[in-house]
Amino acid sequence: MISTEAQKRRSALLVGCGTLLGAAAQILIKSGAGALGPHASILQTAVGMITIPALFFGYALYGVYTVVLILALRHGELSVLYPVIALTFVWVTIASALVFHEEMNAAKLVGITIIMGGVAVLGRGDKSDKK
Amino acid sequence: MTTPFSSMAWIFLCGFVGSFGAVFLKSGASRLQLNFKAIVSNWRLAFGIGMYLLSSVFFVFGMRRGELSVLYPLVALGYMWTVVWSRIFFGEPLTKAKFIAVGMILVGIAFLGLGSQK
Repeated sequence: MISTEAQKRRSALLVGCGTLLGAAAQILIKSGAGALGPHASILQTAVGMITIPALFFGYALYGVYTVVLILALRHGELSVLYPVIALTFVWVTIASALVFHEEMNAAKLVGITIIMGGVAVLGRGDKSDKK
Repeated sequence: MTTPFSSMAWIFLCGFVGSFGAVFLKSGASRLQLNFKAIVSNWRLAFGIGMYLLSSVFFVFGMRRGELSVLYPLVALGYMWTVVWSRIFFGEPLTKAKFIAVGMILVGIAFLGLGSQK
């Protein structure tokens, strides 16, 4: 399938926005897992995925995220689109500091900056390679 | 705290299997037609999603014990595999920009792991 430049750009944007969904899903699942307790069995976990709202919506959001990802992957290169998913690490780290009051420190800030730089290089590379 | 070898192996597998999941999702998505029958019969998508689920089970197993500064970069290796498979299976060009970008992402995630250490 031949994809136009506009379709490729839209795909990259879609993956980028998708990572926000993925991060929100992870935060919901993490807060729901707290209600489950550290020693929950597989069965308790499976029941919890339906009865604990944060877990239910977390996994539902993950489903939506997967659909977005598949739609995005229709166009453009996998080797460009897939590493963009690393942005999820950035959003989860920021959201964990805000929601769970996890410590924000120099190492995390450096990590966030380097990952965003890497994703930016990816976006630029896609264009310059396609002359 | 040290990181047991089993945790590293689970997380390594997680990244490795997940990268193949991405390959199947991509090849399924490229053939995607937006009608119900075509989506349900798209085995590549189903297989890709299955590998993703498997990879997340490995992730949970691996993350039970060990240091994030060791385990996070192993997850991130999955991005490197994906770039290699993209070259092999889809003939996508390996460019300097991709290597620099994935290298930066790996280093960045290693820093996040370091910063998350208790």
